[in-house]
Amino acid sequence: MTEFNTGDTAFMLVCSALVLFMTPGLALFYAGMVRKKNVLSTTMQSFFAMGLVSVLWALVGYTIAFGSADGPMGKFIGTFDKVLLKGVALGASGVEGHLYPESVFAMFQGMFAIITVGLITGAIAERMKFKAYVIFAAIWVLVVYSPLAHWVWGGGWLGMAGLGALDFAGGTVVHIASAAAALAAAIVLGRRKDYGSAAVQPHNLPMTILGAGILWFGWFGFNAGSELAADGVAGSAFMVTHLAAAAGMLGWLIAETIQHGKPTSLGAASGAVAGLVAITPASGFVDAGPGLLIGLAAGVACYFGVQLKNKFKLDDALDVVGIHGVGGTLGALLTGVFASKAINSLGADGSFAQLGKQALGVAVAWVFSFVVSFIVLKIIDATIGVRVDAEAEETGLDLFDHAETGYVL
Amino acid sequence: MAPIDTGDTAFVLLSASLVLFMTPGLALFYGGMVRAKNVLSTIMQSVFAAGVITVVWVLAGYTLAFGSATGPLGGFIGGLEHLGFSGILGQVTGTIPTGAFAIYQCMFAVITPALITGAFAERMKFRAWALLSVLWVLVVYAPVAHWVWGGGWMAAMGVKDFAGGIVVHATSGAAALVAAIMLGRRLGHGTSEIAPHNLTMTLLGAGILWFGWFGFNAGSALAANEQAVSAFIATHVAAAAGMLAWLAAERYHSGRATTLGAATGAVAGLATVTPASGFVTPLSALLIGTVAGVVCYGAVLLKNRFGYDDSLDVVGVHGVGGVLGSLMIALLAAKSVGGVSGLIEGNTSLVIPQLVGVTVAVAYSLTATWAILKVIDLTVGLRVDEDIEISGLDLAEHAEVGYSL
Amino acid sequence: MKKIEAIIKPHKLDEVKEALNALGVAGMTVTDVRGYGRQKGHTEIYRGAEYTVDFVPKVKIEIVVDDDIADAAEHAILMTARTEKIGDGKIFTYDCAGAIRIRTGERGPEAL
Repeated sequence: MTEFNTGDTAFMLVCSALVLFMTPGLALFYAGMVRKKNVLSTTMQSFFAMGLVSVLWALVGYTIAFGSADGPMGKFIGTFDKVLLKGVALGASGVEGHLYPESVFAMFQGMFAIITVGLITGAIAERMKFKAYVIFAAIWVLVVYSPLAHWVWGGGWLGMAGLGALDFAGGTVVHIASAAAALAAAIVLGRRKDYGSAAVQPHNLPMTILGAGILWFGWFGFNAGSELAADGVAGSAFMVTHLAAAAGMLGWLIAETIQHGKPTSLGAASGAVAGLVAITPASGFVDAGPGLLIGLAAGVACYFGVQLKNKFKLDDALDVVGIHGVGGTLGALLTGVFASKAINSLGADGSFAQLGKQALGVAVAWVFSFVVSFIVLKIIDATIGVRVDAEAEETGLDLFDHAETGYVL
Repeated sequence: MAPIDTGDTAFVLLSASLVLFMTPGLALFYGGMVRAKNVLSTIMQSVFAAGVITVVWVLAGYTLAFGSATGPLGGFIGGLEHLGFSGILGQVTGTIPTGAFAIYQCMFAVITPALITGAFAERMKFRAWALLSVLWVLVVYAPVAHWVWGGGWMAAMGVKDFAGGIVVHATSGAAALVAAIMLGRRLGHGTSEIAPHNLTMTLLGAGILWFGWFGFNAGSALAANEQAVSAFIATHVAAAAGMLAWLAAERYHSGRATTLGAATGAVAGLATVTPASGFVTPLSALLIGTVAGVVCYGAVLLKNRFGYDDSLDVVGVHGVGGVLGSLMIALLAAKSVGGVSGLIEGNTSLVIPQLVGVTVAVAYSLTATWAILKVIDLTVGLRVDEDIEISGLDLAEHAEVGYSL
Repeated sequence: MKKIEAIIKPHKLDEVKEALNALGVAGMTVTDVRGYGRQKGHTEIYRGAEYTVDFVPKVKIEIVVDDDIADAAEHAILMTARTEKIGDGKIFTYDCAGAIRIRTGERGPEAL
């Protein structure tokens, strides 16, 4: 029987709830940005992940990610010793010396898997078949997310148990992985019919801003909770999370005001999220000053990052690549610069060598997720098709896929 | 005096906040499903409960539910020693201050009557609801909470209800059935389209409910211990399974997987696992959620057959879910989780108490709610005039409009 | 002067607007409307209950033009709003008795 630390247990349960709550937050963040005929389909893509991914995670996802790393394949994939969450529920020993059952850890990590799938949906908005999305989400979480989580966090070859790439709360596993999948999806799906015209404007920005607020709120659970205990590192991660979000918002708004003359509310929401994304891998390793700097840099870099899609004529509808890809990459690299053992003795000090390890982690996450996502999507496209037909796209996916209407005002 | 554990106390206080947050979540969940002209009146019914029930709870509700269970009436109603929350501060319940327990329980008393409001949306007088909420908490909720959780007669006969399948969902579901029948159908029900006006609002509400439900169920352990962890997992797994099962049933029956179905299925899974959450394994929770999604989907179709207008499906989701979950404890309880065994572990002794507990609570809520509504109908009246119902309750009852877009 | 009122599919609005701009039509009024003609509505599903929604969302464009470009304007709408599927909409043309620009008081075609 585990001896309980009630403070750690309480903290981790509440953090798990907070991370779960980010997914409905993300649903609103995205849904406000699409046209009103697709508001429900966009909301549904995130919301549905809460059902699908939770069940898959319990069945096999968790053991792929966090099953034992022993054995010949152990550095690449978790062994199947924890199928159906076997043995983690009760009376199991704590993880990494933390004083609560492994089941708490399993739940907390499950919430990450949900939102990572949800993040991808920004790239497929307003044109992907719901059925194709369901199949893609189910495959992706098992063949991309879970293995990558194993490599970085589950004792695999890439993370602190292997080559030593640092990723505190998911810069590579969550943000780069989802952005690379988003890039593949935007390419395979092609552009929306009205792409580039004035007709494709956000329909409800207060909804997006509420979503960003919920994300910010939930991100404290995401980052501080990743310490897996209510201790000093968690406190530090909490602090830099907040600072980076604030600085990210300011960075974005400053860049926007210089370029266009006016700070926008969508910019404020996007900048805060950009800061949060970038600090995710670094939180728990860096101090307050670097935290502010990372947030500020992310706000500016992601502001320009979202403009890239216009150059490449790529319809990454809600800027998953521009924000999560650019922000995640920047944050993961800057972790190699600013990490400090004074903040977290289990981490590393910033150095060229560490920067190299970070770059490797970044490259692996991009390439692995992009290639596998691309192949999976191509296969789905060749069988049932990924995209709705032109008429359905005009009518809107709410009616076509779900037989519902978003608003009757 | 037993020592206070800071971890447990932090957990219960945060859980109380989470449960409070469920009530505005419920307001949005319901608010999105009515027509635009009634969005505020529907939201107001839930939000108002947070105000009025809190006051009632402090003054008398808490002591009726959790006052002493001794004396000739002690099995049926709590003693009056905690009127006005007196004699609570400085006391300890388990490893937490009694004040934390009392305010945590308050949040349950707030959301339970609010659940009923889905049954009479778009047609009940606000004044009638204000009276109903107060009387119902004192006459139905507090006594039943006492029977099950306050050391009353159901507790004595071994009825198990971890977080409120009987106390919260079965009682509110039964009250909803009575209210839907007594108020009658909405004008145009069954003949014209009465469709939800803002489903994103409903999905947000469902998301908040799911989030808050962790406080509702895991918090019911009243400590950050293994049972809280089990309840947390069971809650999450059942919500997910409930969503998937509802969508599968819906897809099979009507050809589409709807967003309202996703939200409702998750809530059905959550409501159903509530009584069982501290007693079952994750796999049993998966089963409970799956059964809940399918059974509750079938149950909401019943109202069309019987012709009552349970507008937002309180009976089908909470009533049926609460009863189902309370009975499934007798089947699926695992000794390693909550200290009691169910039929799968060869113990038949839970069957009778669960059946009796559910039956009596439902029968009592049906009867008492009927009596309360009769009294209100004879005094202030239950239902708004026809012209108000047509023009919408927001303007007539609250002098506001929901949207000026 | 002629007043042209066209009920079209919402996603065709941009194309119609550009075609009319190219003809020199200086302004238009656009309203979101609902209605039905030969195109019947669609089915919506809420918790297993099916509803038939007769009224389909459309956009109504109103313009007033000089007589000499009225035919061209009609034709421009006809060609750009047409998808050859049911529900493309209708065009109605009326004689317009007068027009005044409120700011200046100009009347007739100068006010357009």
